[in-house]
Amino acid sequence: MAIRLRKKGSPYGVRVPESKLSEKMPIEAAPLPEKVVIPLQQNIGAPCQALVKKGDKVLTGQKIGDSDKFVSAPIHATLSGEVSGTTTVVNPPTGALVEALVITSDGEDKWTELSPPRNPEKLSVKETLERIREAGLVGLGGAAFPTHIKLSPPKGKEIDTVILNGCECEPYVTSDHRMMLEYGEPVLSGLKVISRVLSPKAVYIAIEDNKEDAIDHMEKLVAKLGFTDFKIAPLKSKYPMGAEKTLIEMILGREVPIGGLPLDVGVVVHNVSTAKAVHDAVIEGKPLVERVVTVTGAVKNPKNLMTRFGTSLKSLIDYCGGMDERANKVILGGPMMGIAQFDLDFPAVKGTNSILVTESHPLREQDCISCGKCVEICPMRLMPTLLARYAKAGRYDDCQDNYIDDCFECGACTFTCPANIPLVQYIKIAKKELAKRKAGK
Amino acid sequence: MTQEASQETPPETVPEEAAAARQFLISPGPHLWKGLSVSGIMYLVVYALLLPAGAGVYFFGQRALSVMGVSIGVAILTEYLCKKLRGQPFVMDGSTIVTGLLLALVLPPTIALWMVALGSIFAIAVVKEAFGGLGHNIFNPALAARAFMSVSFPMEMTTWVKPMGFGADAVTCASPLSGTSIWQPYDPSTYRALFLGNTAGSIGETSALLIIIGGAILLARGIINWRIPAIYIGVVALLALGFGEDPLFHILAGGLMLGAFFMATDYVTSPLTNRGKIIFAVGLGLLTMIIRRFAGMPEGVCYSILFMNAITPLIDRYTKLKPYGLQKKVAHAS
Repeated sequence: MAIRLRKKGSPYGVRVPESKLSEKMPIEAAPLPEKVVIPLQQNIGAPCQALVKKGDKVLTGQKIGDSDKFVSAPIHATLSGEVSGTTTVVNPPTGALVEALVITSDGEDKWTELSPPRNPEKLSVKETLERIREAGLVGLGGAAFPTHIKLSPPKGKEIDTVILNGCECEPYVTSDHRMMLEYGEPVLSGLKVISRVLSPKAVYIAIEDNKEDAIDHMEKLVAKLGFTDFKIAPLKSKYPMGAEKTLIEMILGREVPIGGLPLDVGVVVHNVSTAKAVHDAVIEGKPLVERVVTVTGAVKNPKNLMTRFGTSLKSLIDYCGGMDERANKVILGGPMMGIAQFDLDFPAVKGTNSILVTESHPLREQDCISCGKCVEICPMRLMPTLLARYAKAGRYDDCQDNYIDDCFECGACTFTCPANIPLVQYIKIAKKELAKRKAGK
Repeated sequence: MTQEASQETPPETVPEEAAAARQFLISPGPHLWKGLSVSGIMYLVVYALLLPAGAGVYFFGQRALSVMGVSIGVAILTEYLCKKLRGQPFVMDGSTIVTGLLLALVLPPTIALWMVALGSIFAIAVVKEAFGGLGHNIFNPALAARAFMSVSFPMEMTTWVKPMGFGADAVTCASPLSGTSIWQPYDPSTYRALFLGNTAGSIGETSALLIIIGGAILLARGIINWRIPAIYIGVVALLALGFGEDPLFHILAGGLMLGAFFMATDYVTSPLTNRGKIIFAVGLGLLTMIIRRFAGMPEGVCYSILFMNAITPLIDRYTKLKPYGLQKKVAHAS
């Protein structure tokens, strides 16, 4: 029997229209593109150096980029064929230009030889982490932080809890939901690997209650596989429930210190898609070359597509029947924290959980009427209106004094603001200025 | 803050195919909005206020209609002129209607219309626009105007009439609160009159029932926070008990109901956090009862709200929330 905890809800956050258009669509493989564009940086941290050059033949899963820096993850060919050149693409979160390799498919999708361990149970922690690194794993929830580092807590930091994050609180996005329903066993197997590495005292599987089917399914699977130390933690749907800090508070009642990491309170949170990738890497010896991408919004047929990295946004949108005439915005990620794109030739990468096509019109910013809604809903109990006011006036020290570092930029404040003040955007600007100042010192 | 990533003429190096491609809007997230705007909120308040306003028209007839018409009309005109003078766009966001209507509701029905007009001008030009317009005013404009009128026209502002509806002559009488220094003898008909509004008083303050319904609508829609009206009214009732007076009478009579639901909850002039709102409401209750009990005037709602408006920035300063993760206390389960 699996243990299911009592459902918990947060007094903070916002109710968002869920719009999970593709939640009933089974994962299907996107057609293999003729060419892929593979940015050499797809993780937080250092970019990779190319290991191949123009004209080289590559196989699917072959390592084509790596870095000797600590915070990095290697990059693999996602098709077999020939390296036909390099290009530069705009890395969406930072806006920085990144070098990318272009691989032209030979149409055969020939894989490199995989090397699954003979006895996965007997792998040492070191070997396991090495396999995870070599497979190029990064957090697939969106942040794209190298997984092997998240699994190697520094000395003195004891991890007592692992949380598997299946909340998926962003509207529209359904890739994790489908992952749990269709790849539940590999997800749990990956979670088992993670818990072998960290040997925590407790493992929780957190799922929002707008995915009752996933909660039931995971509960059954946990019982079936005999992983009875995994506890199911259902949560009431409310954005941003799936944020690490919120999740840790909800399930454990602990607060991550300002400017700190979950491991400071003995917790590591992994996304369900990452857990599946851990299974693939460690048990099957398979590198990370694809993920589930939800293509949704104003497209004809919203779908969940198993997508090779480097596939262009355009070809994925076209495969879903194309976009609506009136659509004027394409977002990588969900509508709350996702990033608007201007170039549909940009490829889906490791951190792309969703491509959302919408129609959107700019709203006029008005003066704050001090309604206090942003203060009421802020999951970090900050005063967004105050931070924005200081940021606008260039009073960045006051931002600092009012704990701006605590903000993880969920955007719930801007969502709720009746005066259409882009609160989170002002906060981001202030953070950037503060970081610049710090770097200058 | 929104900007379009469109280029008028694409650079020549862009292949034709790409040049013909669609252009997309680039703007920072979140890309979703709850959809409740400032004007949406203001009009909801106007609709809720139509209930006590309706009671005012029912009980005080033509006079009530005229006062409301002048107050709202002059408020809009003043706002328009101020915006013109300040070189800003005039937007009918509903807040001016709220101010005009609220002012009318706290005036006696017999007040001269030119006085109403003057009060309305004062509310918008001096209390609201001179401070920078909506969101920047320190005091609730309607109440500040009422205070201004009380000082300027002391006689007219304290002349009360029995409800006469349409057609009947106005008969002056004392406000129910004038005699509250003594314990009111229990009389069900008094309560009924106060509850339904069939009593002397300001145009929109007499019917507790309709004010509560209007307030309940705003509470249900999440427009106002229950803490301010509930605690304000609660403190008044407790203090009345403490003074040995009739709490129910103190709650129903005078401007408390309208003040608690529609004036003290004004966003701009009340504190941001729940803790601040609680302090604010307790202060309101204390001041209201101190004025009612000891001052040389029968009613204290208006002045207590204005006073608490003035110290709202101070309350905000000392009631900031404790952010998540502030104390580095680590509760390790070991």
